[in-house]
Amino acid sequence: MFNLFKKKKYPSYWQKHIDAVKNSRNYSNYESIRFVCLDTETTGFDYENDRILCIGAVAIKNNKILVSDSFEVYMQQEVFNKETVKIHGIRRNGTEKKVSEEEAIIQFLEYLDDAVIIAHHTKFDLTMINNALKRLNIGPIKSKQLDTNYIHKKIAITNKFKKLYSLDELCEIYNIKMHDRHTALGDALLTAYVFLKLTYKYKKNNVLNLTNLINTNYYLNK
Amino acid sequence: MKNTIAERIFDFLKNFPPFDILEKEQLLEIASNVKVTYVEKDTFVFKQDELPHQNFYIVKDGAIGLYRTMESDTILIDICDEGDIFGLRPLIQNDHYLMSAKANEESILYAISVEILKEIIKTNQKANKYIIASFSSNIKTPYAKTNSGNLFANIDTDTTFSEVQTAQYSKNPITCTKHSTIKEAALIMSDKKVGSILIVEDKKPIGIITDKDLRLKIATGLLSIDKNVSEIMSFPVITFPEKITIAEAQIAMIKHKITHLCITKDGSPNSELVGILSEHDIVVLHGNNPSVLIKELKRAKNVETLKYVREKSSNLLKGYIEQNIPITFISKIIAEITDAITIKAIELSILEMETEPPVKFSWLALGSQGRKEQLLITDQDNALIFEDVSQENYENVKTYFLKLSKKITSKLNSVGYKFCPADMMASNPKWCLSLSEWKQQFNNWITKPTEDAIMLCTIFFDFNFVFGDKELVTKLSKSIFKSINSFEIFLNFLGRNALKNPPPLGFFRQFLMEHDGNHKDQFDLKSRALMPLIDAARLIILSHNIKDKNNTISRFNKLAKIEPQNQDLYLSCADSFKILLHYRTEQGLKNNDSGRYINLNTLTKSEKLKLKGCFKPIKDIQDLLNIRYNLAQMM
Repeated sequence: MFNLFKKKKYPSYWQKHIDAVKNSRNYSNYESIRFVCLDTETTGFDYENDRILCIGAVAIKNNKILVSDSFEVYMQQEVFNKETVKIHGIRRNGTEKKVSEEEAIIQFLEYLDDAVIIAHHTKFDLTMINNALKRLNIGPIKSKQLDTNYIHKKIAITNKFKKLYSLDELCEIYNIKMHDRHTALGDALLTAYVFLKLTYKYKKNNVLNLTNLINTNYYLNK
Repeated sequence: MKNTIAERIFDFLKNFPPFDILEKEQLLEIASNVKVTYVEKDTFVFKQDELPHQNFYIVKDGAIGLYRTMESDTILIDICDEGDIFGLRPLIQNDHYLMSAKANEESILYAISVEILKEIIKTNQKANKYIIASFSSNIKTPYAKTNSGNLFANIDTDTTFSEVQTAQYSKNPITCTKHSTIKEAALIMSDKKVGSILIVEDKKPIGIITDKDLRLKIATGLLSIDKNVSEIMSFPVITFPEKITIAEAQIAMIKHKITHLCITKDGSPNSELVGILSEHDIVVLHGNNPSVLIKELKRAKNVETLKYVREKSSNLLKGYIEQNIPITFISKIIAEITDAITIKAIELSILEMETEPPVKFSWLALGSQGRKEQLLITDQDNALIFEDVSQENYENVKTYFLKLSKKITSKLNSVGYKFCPADMMASNPKWCLSLSEWKQQFNNWITKPTEDAIMLCTIFFDFNFVFGDKELVTKLSKSIFKSINSFEIFLNFLGRNALKNPPPLGFFRQFLMEHDGNHKDQFDLKSRALMPLIDAARLIILSHNIKDKNNTISRFNKLAKIEPQNQDLYLSCADSFKILLHYRTEQGLKNNDSGRYINLNTLTKSEKLKLKGCFKPIKDIQDLLNIRYNLAQMM
């Protein structure tokens, strides 16, 4: 019984993640917030049975995409789905250097630090990541999260009630040239472009701060 | 770690100067440290007088306008679009921004840390030159002395594409000491079967004796063969280092009027002799040598030979352009050959006539040939002046010269100089006149400057004497200047004509293209870039009463001396003209046409930049004409 109240002993990398988010002093000043735009490529869309193949991410700070601050990791997986290979092009024994799921998570959390996560349809990527964490007996991710889909819906004039906008649709709306679609880092970069353009537009009618942006995520925060 | 984004940025940057000349690792380093920014339409990237950012920018998508505010006026200086760099100069020179950068449409920019670039230009000379050159279009005083040299520095970078061939010289040159007698030297030469011998002292070359010296100074009995070699040797010798190129050797030989160059260890006369390079060596190597071509012309007995030499000279031209030989030198050589061909065509034609010319006459080259700027083969423009004759003889004399001119022009046509479509040729009765008629003709043009008259003036004013009696031409020149001086407003009309073609860049610094006709959407290099400079040079030189300068470059150089206050402007005009002429020739050779029209889509970014750099002086010289001749009122 007492064990329940005893502080659980986490792996050090997870504890570091919790502390980084909890102790960060960067969130109050928009210019100093580090955003990390991320995307994952997975074996499929089943949260329980599918696995992450690749995480790609790139950071934004003070309205600039920092190419030097980017991240890409491929993981070794038992699950294989030849259907989705067509989309992401990651083969089971491809040439990419692959690491174990745990090693990938360690690297990712280290890279993430106290950053605010931005993704397109964040719920999907985060659920996949959280399920991976669960397999390591940790999680869920503590980082604050934003979703370009919801920020767009907040400022879009038309089609407000359309449930979901795809990344392709947003690139079309915001006139972003698509490159490297369906690679994790490529999609992360597109998401970063979308985010930069969205926040410019957002600023015109709203005060740009983290709380307001997070409040656009009515679905994520439920 | 593999970084897909950095690779994409790398792929983008490598298309644009100066990134295209960086090493792969250097560019990858830059690409992986890029910061990508997005600017909404009408927002500023930086403002005039701000302190410089840590980064300079390259436009990925969109367009950034550079604006400069002076007093209350804001002027759009330039528009940067895909691949253009801006905001770099202040970072390197530690200066404030001299302009504001504002997005004309929403744009994505790559911000690049200046520190990384600084590291790279330390070791990459080409990139360094490019960067310095690119500043010149963005600086306060584009004609500042220190920058005029750098303005076109990037032109050198193109020479790497064509290796300049190194000349093969004869090693083991035949030598004797300065104590040898002329006889001893001649014996060595006969023994070794060579046409020249070098006189050396401590292994250093101090003089040379050639067959010609023996012929002129010994065989004529001028000196005894027992005299010392130093009595007849030519000295000092012209020395060069081992890596002399064919082009350099040719230039040196023509410049010094010599046929042998000494090759020494360090290239100076004070180092060890390692070889000798003769004109013959170059002929063997090169095949076409201008002096050989001229010699061949002198021996020519028919039009076929002229045609052959003309074709050879095109190869020569190609080689010169590839080797990036100075354009002033190239045009001199080609003009020499063209004149020699014309002279031969005239001589051959006179031989065909039943009688000798009845009176003195002179043959004039007009237009580009008159200015000695004709590099590519173009139409012929020429005229003939004959001595004044009595009324009763006039008809016969004129008939003779018209017949002669027809023979000459059709020979030139067979050689490759096509008939002038506007019939501006000596075979046209209008342009085959007596001296008095010519004087009257020019006087008419000058005192009644209709549009046609002005157009003809621009062609006929650039006449150059080619053959016959030079006195006739001198008399005509004198008469022309007299007419101009008595009717000065003529210069204003000429000025108006010079401004007919606006500067080649539109308000948005875009190239002005042709809107209709066969050359729609092409850039007319001749009428938009070369002609404005040619017209301006002619006008101003005429206004100074200078008679003997017919060539645009030498006109500008002369003007720089006459008007020291405008020296920088005139010199930059001369520089621009050189580059544009070089460029036109290159284009013409590449596309086998006149090089006049350029399809902008085929130009690389750096070529476009180079051209743009040449256009600035055109605008400035036109501004000067506008003020000097009060042209605003006349327009």
